[in-house]
Amino acid sequence: MQDDNPLGALALNFLILSLLAVGGATAVLPEMHRQVVETAGWMTDAEFARAFAVAQAAPGPNILVVTLIGWHVAGVTGALVATFAMCAPASILAYVVGGVWHRFRHAKWRRAIQVGLMPMTVGLVAAGGFLLAEATARSYGAVALTLSSMAILLFTRISPLWMLAAGAAAGMLGLA
Amino acid sequence: MPRDPEPAPDAPARRSDPGGHETSGHETSGHERAGLAPPPSLAALFLGFLGIGVIAFGGVLPIARRALVEKHRWITNEEFTELLGLSQFLPGPNILNFTIVLGSRFHGIPGAASAFLGLSLVPMVIVITLGWLFDRYADIGAVSNAMAGVAAAAAGLVLAMAGHIAAPLWRNPTLRASAIAVATFLAIGVFGVRLPVVMLIVAPLSVALAWRALP
Repeated sequence: MQDDNPLGALALNFLILSLLAVGGATAVLPEMHRQVVETAGWMTDAEFARAFAVAQAAPGPNILVVTLIGWHVAGVTGALVATFAMCAPASILAYVVGGVWHRFRHAKWRRAIQVGLMPMTVGLVAAGGFLLAEATARSYGAVALTLSSMAILLFTRISPLWMLAAGAAAGMLGLA
Repeated sequence: MPRDPEPAPDAPARRSDPGGHETSGHETSGHERAGLAPPPSLAALFLGFLGIGVIAFGGVLPIARRALVEKHRWITNEEFTELLGLSQFLPGPNILNFTIVLGSRFHGIPGAASAFLGLSLVPMVIVITLGWLFDRYADIGAVSNAMAGVAAAAAGLVLAMAGHIAAPLWRNPTLRASAIAVATFLAIGVFGVRLPVVMLIVAPLSVALAWRALP
């Protein structure tokens, strides 16, 4: 699908994703991947994984992967449109709900929502990681890098930035 | 508090004042404000979140907690945990929701806007610059190899984040929660079912099961 007006498609995609992103941007990564790589064909698998990596390596919220996708598709305008679309609906909802939430802090339905959404979020984020791992698994070295990065970040408290730096070093040495 | 990137969503919320936009931040009872700094101005909100955004590598929330609770003393640790629970339940990026709700408690919509712009403007410029640099020099073998390595490590980072979010599940594993997590993973990651379909089925089911399991 090569749309005549990628800005409109960009905006529409991310407006919808914004409201589906329960558990954060990482939870909609598989859907983002599907739309950007498979449906719209705006980026290749590897470009998508690389954009995600750049957003991780840069400071700030990791939602900035959306900024990079927008920039890739339609330059600075695309970056602004995509970021705004991804942020606006969720922000408006947060603003509205933020005031109400305190009042029901002991309500059973509020606890049920929190407890119930957790395992779904775990599954969504794990699926996002799995798809990224597939996209980056161009060698056994890359797979080993993914697995060791996962294990080290699970069991230690070192900053994720060290793992990204180690990944860069390993890649440069031809190990990934 | 440990530096988990995603503390437990069901962490207890112990704050006891009634909520509302623009009020709860600075009209709470005296003892709750004890030890806290006066509510920040719009400029202070912008600068405070700017300081968080530019140093927050690989996850903003741990950095945000240190800055907001310990350095600026704008909110208590309990308020932080409660706001975090709300941010995780709402759709959209957690840190974005967090920023909007906190900014609006101090100064309504202008407060939310200053906090948001402070958090994201400079990182947006940085990330586009980085993306441009990598695109431009991608032909150099060493650069593209390095980026492949970073991307592989970043995939591991996401998998580890799933493990951290699952913290309540490790502590208290239930068949209900494990089945939901595995089914969601398989549906999206392996069978490629579309996200809206999965969410429309799994979210109500999981909340209903949680409701039944709650005392």
